[in-house]
Amino acid sequence: MLGLEKKDFRLLLIVIGLTMLAPFLLNPFPEGSEMAQFNAGYPDLMQRFVIFGIFAIGFNILFGLTGYLSFGHAAFLGAGSYGAVWMFKLLSMNVLPAIAISVVIAGLFSLLIGYISLRRSGIYFSILTLAFAQMSFALAYSVLTPITGGETGLQLALDDPRIFGVSQTATGNIPVPALFGLEMRSSFEWEVGAWLFTFNTGYYLAALFMILAFYMSIRIFRSPFGMMLRAIKSNQTRMSYTGLNAKPYTLAAFVISGMYAGLAGGLMASMDPLAGAERMQWTASGEVVLMTILGGAGTLIGPVLGAGMIKYFENIFSKINETILHGWFAFLPDGLENFVVAMIYPFIGKGWHLTLGIVFMLVVIFLPGGLVQGGQKIAALFKRSKPEDAKPNATEPAE
Amino acid sequence: MDQFILQILNGLDKGSAYALIALGLTLIFGTLGVVNFAHGALFMLGAFVAVTVSNILTLSHKVVDETRTDFLGNPLQVDVPYLYDWFGQTAGDAIIDWAVPISIIIAIPIMVAIGFIMERGLIKHFYKRPHADQILVTFGLAIVIQEIVKYFYGANPIPTPAPEAFVGSFDFGVAFGFDPNAIIYPYWRLVYFFFSIFIIGAVFAFLQFTTFGMVVRAGMADRETVGILGIDIDKRFTIMFGIAAAVAGLAGVMYAPINSPNYHMGMDFLVLSFVVVVVGGMGSLPGAVAAGFLLGILESFASMSAVIDILPGINQIIIYLVAIIILLTRPRGLMGRKGVMEE
Repeated sequence: MLGLEKKDFRLLLIVIGLTMLAPFLLNPFPEGSEMAQFNAGYPDLMQRFVIFGIFAIGFNILFGLTGYLSFGHAAFLGAGSYGAVWMFKLLSMNVLPAIAISVVIAGLFSLLIGYISLRRSGIYFSILTLAFAQMSFALAYSVLTPITGGETGLQLALDDPRIFGVSQTATGNIPVPALFGLEMRSSFEWEVGAWLFTFNTGYYLAALFMILAFYMSIRIFRSPFGMMLRAIKSNQTRMSYTGLNAKPYTLAAFVISGMYAGLAGGLMASMDPLAGAERMQWTASGEVVLMTILGGAGTLIGPVLGAGMIKYFENIFSKINETILHGWFAFLPDGLENFVVAMIYPFIGKGWHLTLGIVFMLVVIFLPGGLVQGGQKIAALFKRSKPEDAKPNATEPAE
Repeated sequence: MDQFILQILNGLDKGSAYALIALGLTLIFGTLGVVNFAHGALFMLGAFVAVTVSNILTLSHKVVDETRTDFLGNPLQVDVPYLYDWFGQTAGDAIIDWAVPISIIIAIPIMVAIGFIMERGLIKHFYKRPHADQILVTFGLAIVIQEIVKYFYGANPIPTPAPEAFVGSFDFGVAFGFDPNAIIYPYWRLVYFFFSIFIIGAVFAFLQFTTFGMVVRAGMADRETVGILGIDIDKRFTIMFGIAAAVAGLAGVMYAPINSPNYHMGMDFLVLSFVVVVVGGMGSLPGAVAAGFLLGILESFASMSAVIDILPGINQIIIYLVAIIILLTRPRGLMGRKGVMEE
């Protein structure tokens, strides 16, 4: 179906189902209940899930398939969002041209950086991309202020010369990004008993793009081109001995993943029309590395899971404070309660980065295939009937 | 001319920090072949050893001072460091004042121990894994160390002053026959520069003139043969890891008065130190040191207003720009050895 094998098509259907039903799935707890703080079904966070999902899917095409570890991918995301905001400022508030231009700009930018960086491999490639990204960040922050808005970031203003559309709405406000009149921030709220579900236009647009991106990535993974990329990862020397030049393939993978990052940046700007230099900083690049590895580099669904998990931790877990913890463990005797809270508190709430770091290290050490591999291992434990020799096929991530 | 000298001096202290961190990175890389992204965290830990030592030295208990009253009219409670009780006020003050130099002595065993634990506990298991895995696991470790420090010390920079004797600036102008006040340089930065020269010299002397160092150098050149000769090279490399950690830690201790330590200072330095190592040449110790000073000085020249007028923003990107040019034109870096990390 759609040029996919049955297994991949099922995976695609699952992803479509999950993203479309996300407003329900992420809001399992009724409003006002004790557990309501674990609800992640509000538009802002759902948008972030899918946007960072796109970013990580793109990164995975480069790292998961070719094994080239880029520490500068955030630069493309940043470039994409700048491009999108400029489109809003100059052309129109319609999101489609903005997203298109952000992909194009990020593609060109990654072509330039990739062409230079890919002359080296291994650690040198990582450092070159890191250097380029830090350079872009420093420039965006200082000299390029007329284009990037410098420290304050690039924002819409009341006197933007918009060619199609108006500079100000009738009420004197800045118009908001929309898709042919459908405002990105508009939501439909549906109350069912104690539950409140929010269906946000921006989220569904971003989700559509993510499904498209996911579909593209499956196609790339299963194509002869994807096979070439895997060959680069497993043995580049042997590949060149067979008469194949690895460089164009790697560069293509780099540009594709740069365009994915640009798409994510453009969507980010469409949801909230501003762009700042901090999106380009190397810590932001590090974040997408974390997402991809955590979920499972080289697997199809892994990066999306990793992105979702990190964003969930960042937004939900980090809000748990000491009072809430005391509430949870109130059933324990006082001394024990304080002890348990004191033991747990450093790892959640504001300390969620610590948990993230530890989990990440554990994944790198024990599960090179990420959480997806972990899931497969657990599944294999329950499938006792399968003989031993069936295991390698099932558990190995793309190598 | 005086501007010229001033910029060189300004570059030296930053260059010293780069050189020290890059030296440690290269030591680890040259011996164990591991790319250590947690090295910046070691630098930061060193700075926090200084913070901890000065916190411990100023541990105090409350004493009611009968002669003074607080705003409510009650007798005033004064914090008196325990050191006053033990050594008297003058000696106690002197010890507290010299907290940072004292931390150096304490930092060495602590950092060596941390290095040992890191190598034996974690990095040992990653020798056979790809470089990308090494980068990732040490990157994760760096995050964990950072967050632990953040948990205990908070997110704000903690000012850690240098001893009174080194506060203030040295007027180079007078000493070298320029106008007074033309070249002013803080004493502590001078101290930092000489300290780093001393450490670098000590590491080189250790490698060059001791039997241990000779074995380590032999191991760097050809690990397998040294192993065949019946020498337990792994043990020696572990010790070198400890030394590298101590070098990074000492760089951090001494840097605390220059820049108040905060939990992410390590990451800020790490990126630059990697660039330094690559420019100097992976695996080359003299290259790392030379590139450290060179880039430090280049950076301070680039921030001269005369240069910024011609090329705006150059001070922000000069180091990266140099790194990119070097990597593309001289793939081995300035003094890189043949055969190191050349895939």
